[in-house]
Amino acid sequence: MLEVTDLHSYYGDAHVLQGVSLKVAPGEIVALLGRNGMGKTTTIRSIMNLRDPVVRSGDITFHGQRLNDLRPHDIAKRKIALVPQGRRLFPSLTVVEHLTMLKSASARDGWTVERVLATFPRLAERRQHRGNQLSGGERQMLAVGRALMIDPELVLMDEPSEGLAPVMVQHLEGVIASLRKEGLGILLVEQNLYSALALADRIYLIETGRIVHHGTAAELQADPASLQKYLGVH
Amino acid sequence: MMAFQIMNGLTFAALLFVVASGFTLIFGLLRIVNLAHGALYLFGGYVGYSVGNLTGSFILAGLGAMIFVALAGLVLDQGLLRFVRGFELRQVMLTLGVAFVLNDLALVIWGGDTFTVATPQWLQGAVQIGGLFYPKFRLFVLAVGIFVFIALWVLLNKTRLGALIRAGVDDAEMVEACGIDIRRVFLITFMLGSALAGLGGLLGGTFLALYPSADAEILVFSLAVVIIGGRGSLVGAAIGSLLIGLLNTFGQVWFPQLAYFVIFGPMAVLLAFRPLGLFGKAA
Repeated sequence: MLEVTDLHSYYGDAHVLQGVSLKVAPGEIVALLGRNGMGKTTTIRSIMNLRDPVVRSGDITFHGQRLNDLRPHDIAKRKIALVPQGRRLFPSLTVVEHLTMLKSASARDGWTVERVLATFPRLAERRQHRGNQLSGGERQMLAVGRALMIDPELVLMDEPSEGLAPVMVQHLEGVIASLRKEGLGILLVEQNLYSALALADRIYLIETGRIVHHGTAAELQADPASLQKYLGVH
Repeated sequence: MMAFQIMNGLTFAALLFVVASGFTLIFGLLRIVNLAHGALYLFGGYVGYSVGNLTGSFILAGLGAMIFVALAGLVLDQGLLRFVRGFELRQVMLTLGVAFVLNDLALVIWGGDTFTVATPQWLQGAVQIGGLFYPKFRLFVLAVGIFVFIALWVLLNKTRLGALIRAGVDDAEMVEACGIDIRRVFLITFMLGSALAGLGGLLGGTFLALYPSADAEILVFSLAVVIIGGRGSLVGAAIGSLLIGLLNTFGQVWFPQLAYFVIFGPMAVLLAFRPLGLFGKAA
């Protein structure tokens, strides 16, 4: 479904992505795992064509169609949703407005306001609260709910479990797993090995802008040398 | 006498609000300090004056001013500003240049004489409120100001477009990543803000006057309103307009030599304590 081939992205003169290639299929959770500053968020931003970075070479295709030169909203219209790092909710909008700004409240097909609120009951209790009045977990739920309102086929999630309480992480992992069952593809950016192992079907390890290891979660677990080398895990 | 001055302050505030609300919408969402906003105001007044003379209808003059200036906004945004998006200083300099060009253009078309848009028959004369006789037209301006406030409030808070505009003020890139063509939202906002400048021009051209450099005066007042109220805040623009309108009116009556100081003195003090204005949020 999503295919990234030999991607080179730059921040100014800084050559941040140096040939990243990866694939995500429908119904698959793929983790992009690496330490801070290795190019994980840059990969996500490059796929959405958010500036900066600037993609100088390489191909990004979705269902075989090239995304490279499309503007971000056109990419999102092709049903690629973003759950960004830091949530990036809108402080001036209420919970419900985050959802209805993308799709009329009376729409009945695909993800609806009711369905998002049923998936995240905590949000239903906070429907009139504003983005900046929510707890960390509620913010992440809303960021996921907002992404779902475009009825995505692929969701790009940038460190969704960052800064969340363990019980919230579990809840979120449950939701992500249920999205996979519905056939959504998910590209999960993580620096937490255990979150990635808990969810991902396949894992790419990224180090200074290059993919240095690729395999199933089980294969990675059986490879302590790579874990030690790239993630510092013993 | 006091009541009369208060009414003058309030009606001037209403005019300021019509102009400054458009200014703050554009400033809040597009991050453009549109220094051509005053020139758009003046053009709105002149166009309204000409349409009014041609048709004899004040309503048509208002519609003509708003539509013409909205289209001028369209040309300004799509023809010029789109090429310097993201470069704040270039945008400001560009709008300043456009302001000069529009001013000279107005001078060529309408000359340097002072015009006043004819007050329509149904708004001539005065009405008695309590013991006070007050011009109908100024009350009409007050009503328009209140109407514009309510209409903008409903637009921003009760419609999907309004939610998109507010979200765009918060984080335009994220709105785009959600599948919304933010440039279209920008354009609609720019045209709406321009139309309000045009409407303000017609109102100001009727109870003040139209002359070269009238644009600079209204622009300075609008800037002060937005600085006091806070970038992009509708309520801030309303309160800023009230403050400036009343201070200006009483300043002229009580300290005619210091009228500007009466406005900018308190503004400077306010900014010392609230650098983002009363309702401003950090970008």
